[in-house]
Amino acid sequence: MATAISNTIMAQMQQQHVITVLVENHPGVLARVAGLFARRGYNIESLTVSVTDDPQVSRMTIVVGEDHRVLEQVIKQLHKLIEVIRVADYAEFPAIERELALIKVNADPRHRREIMEIAEVFRGRIVDMSDKTFVVEVTGGTEKIDKIYELLSAYGIREMVRTGVIAMARGTKTA
Amino acid sequence: MKMSGANIMLECLRREGVRHIFGYPGGAVLPIYDALYGYTDIEHVLVRHEQGASHMADGYARATGQVGVCLATSGPGATNLVTGIATAYMDSIPIVAITGQVRTSVIGKDAFQEADITGITMPVTKHNFLVKRPEDLPRVIAEAFYIARSGRPGPVLVDIPLDVSLTKIEWDPETYTTQVNIPSYKPTTRGHEMQIRKAAQLIAEAKRPVLYVGGGAISSGAAKEVTELAERTNILVTTTLLGKGAIDETHRLSMGMLGMHGTAYANHAVNNCDLLIAVGARFDDRVTGKVDKFATGAKIIHIDIDPAEIGKVKVPDVPIVGDVKTVLTELLKHVQPRPWTEWNDQIMEWRARFPLIYPRDGKLYAEYVIEQIGEVTNWEAIMTTDVGQHQMWAAQYYKCRRPRQWVTSGGLGTMGFGLPAAIGVQKAFPDATVVCLSGDGSFQMCVQELMTATVYGLPVITAIINNRSLGMVRQWQEMFYEERYSHVDLQASPDYVKLAEAYGGVGMRVQKPEDLRAALEEAVKIRNRPVVLDCVIPTEENVYPMIPSGQSIDEMKIRENLEELKATVHADSETWSFSDEEKVLEQYVEAVRAAEARKEKE
Ligand SMILES: Cc1cc2nc3c(=O)[nH]c(=O)nc-3n(C[C@H](O)[C@H](O)[C@H](O)COP(=O)(O)OP(=O)(O)OC[C@H]3O[C@@H](n4cnc5c(N)ncnc54)[C@H](O)[C@@H]3O)c2cc1C
Ligand SMILES: Cc1ncc(C[n+]2csc(CCOP(=O)(O)OP(=O)(O)O)c2C)c(N)n1
Repeated sequence: MATAISNTIMAQMQQQHVITVLVENHPGVLARVAGLFARRGYNIESLTVSVTDDPQVSRMTIVVGEDHRVLEQVIKQLHKLIEVIRVADYAEFPAIERELALIKVNADPRHRREIMEIAEVFRGRIVDMSDKTFVVEVTGGTEKIDKIYELLSAYGIREMVRTGVIAMARGTKTA
Repeated sequence: MKMSGANIMLECLRREGVRHIFGYPGGAVLPIYDALYGYTDIEHVLVRHEQGASHMADGYARATGQVGVCLATSGPGATNLVTGIATAYMDSIPIVAITGQVRTSVIGKDAFQEADITGITMPVTKHNFLVKRPEDLPRVIAEAFYIARSGRPGPVLVDIPLDVSLTKIEWDPETYTTQVNIPSYKPTTRGHEMQIRKAAQLIAEAKRPVLYVGGGAISSGAAKEVTELAERTNILVTTTLLGKGAIDETHRLSMGMLGMHGTAYANHAVNNCDLLIAVGARFDDRVTGKVDKFATGAKIIHIDIDPAEIGKVKVPDVPIVGDVKTVLTELLKHVQPRPWTEWNDQIMEWRARFPLIYPRDGKLYAEYVIEQIGEVTNWEAIMTTDVGQHQMWAAQYYKCRRPRQWVTSGGLGTMGFGLPAAIGVQKAFPDATVVCLSGDGSFQMCVQELMTATVYGLPVITAIINNRSLGMVRQWQEMFYEERYSHVDLQASPDYVKLAEAYGGVGMRVQKPEDLRAALEEAVKIRNRPVVLDCVIPTEENVYPMIPSGQSIDEMKIRENLEELKATVHADSETWSFSDEEKVLEQYVEAVRAAEARKEKE
């Protein structure tokens, strides 16, 4: 019972939202967005920045670790930044979310087969190899990456690098 | 025509309608100062400290509704502006701050007097620009003014490197346009039709409505609409510190200010209302106290131009994003007249029970000074204030007759604001009587600007409420820190009369109430230099009522001897000039007595 309650509380507290922010491609825009999150105490789980098909416009994909009420403030405050063109919440329509991870894992000769099998199950690839380590590359939703990370942990992970989430609406819709 | 960046900038400012710049020179703005030399279309006011320049631009903006402009050099000049920019930001005041910057080629190299002022001011500006090419200047200046004055107003900083103001380029001033189009910035001004109808519906159904009006009504220029709404519906109005003047405070429907030091009756009204109509106000914590206990039984209509304000503190039943004036004009089309109700009587009863009142015991009190400033200037003076007890007394006792008559730093609470702000106001309205109500602590924070007032012949009157103490802090230490008066003593202070004279102004000291009137009458006659009136009051006075920080109206502290005071003041009525507050009270008491007499007869 106690765990059930704390789990729901946890679920509420740890709500994650993926939002996309289209911004004018000016110097300093990233600082404005990051500064806003820092100043107002909003949690960023991850943030990616990249160009779009329009060179004047950049896209930020931000995973926000806040509940609904705060998220609404986050979106409104982002809108107030003059250089923010559009903000969309991927929760409002079906979307594909992906991130890419590189995981450097200990690869003792005794375990190499097992590790390769795990990578295969997760449609990952071994992209580098030394006498002691593998580097596994894997893409997918956050949960999938968390899962392979968990499985590979058994062998000892030396380093992991994740890109953070990017997302795209399904179908003809664009965000 | 070939023009330097500096000349282009001035030409753009002129076309934005700028008539005054408050500034201070230095290396990185030398080309701008060179361009100003002999330039007659814009008057430059040389301040004594850049903080003064930013507050002057702010005061100018608050009094006129136009964008105020200040100018400083790179590095220390720019950082000295920051307090003033933050002050304007917190109160949504439109100013444009122009700073010089080191040459573009050395930006980021720790060059002499380099400061990353766009980085530093990012959290306290609505937007800021670093101009990298002279070609960009006209667009940037136009955008800066547009962003500063439109939507929710605010400060904008434009940082101009030395080489950008030096470089000459081909430019035709006739191509300048104040019309700008920023696709990513389109403030909503028209309220949603459906929501406005819903609001009218709630107003029609409400039994105990209250209007809670803030700075947004002032910046929107909506005093007329606010008053019309109140009069048509007989809904009583309370304003925030920054909403003062949105309705004539001597109006029968005005309850004065609400909040921490608001009137007890305004706070009781808000606490007991069933409909709170928030108009350009942002539910600041000095207003709400403990949020869960604020206006708990009330439905809320919230009108604000900034969508982020709606639901930030309290989730409204009817949110209306839009400009106050535009929205109220629409709303008035749907609102039916309501009669004077029992609820209104209830508020008047609170008012009679908890009037704003102070002792008349032969000592000089701040409240009396403030009232007399009103009386002597026919309540027409534009009042600026500093921050502290004197500011709160002024908020309570200075009855504003109109908007933009009241200039105070609310959100940041910046001591030192009052005098430079008054200079900015006086520059905009040379014929007005401008009074800065200050404290002995605050006055010393920007006192150097007395010299600016002297040089430009500005007759600003500073009334120092001299309690030889950092009074507001002293009050908190008395109430919440067991009277441990830590570092609030200002017994050791300059002689303010001599200080005024040293700066070329006129100094006077008042210690007894009977001497005040004459001093004030003399002060308002002086029209060519600043006047400092050192008003010596007792140290131990506290501001009442007070709702301690983060608490609710249940914890409100009122004067201990309120009942006694009410009796003596009435007995003494002949000898003292009555403030409007007490006139209303008297009328009300008379009306109640008459009603009782009638009942007895029946
Ligand atoms: C010592 C001290 C004590 C204080 N005590 C009190 C107190 O007792 N009571 C009190 O009220 N304050 C008090 N204050 C001031 C307080 O801190 C806030 O500054 C003040 O309450 C905010 O006023 P406001 O809600 O009107 O908001 P403002 O800061 O004036 O904000 C204006 C709001 O209107 C909106 N707006 C702007 N333009 C428009 C438009 N054209 N149309 C629609 N909306 C618009 C803005 O988006 C914003 O939300 C005190 C300050 C100090 C320093
Ligand atoms: C720049 C700045 N520093 C500190 C404070 C904190 N503070 C608020 S009120 C106050 C005392 C103000 O004293 P004074 O100007 O004499 O006014 P009084 O309260 O005595 O009327 C102080 C120190 C402030 N608001 N601003």
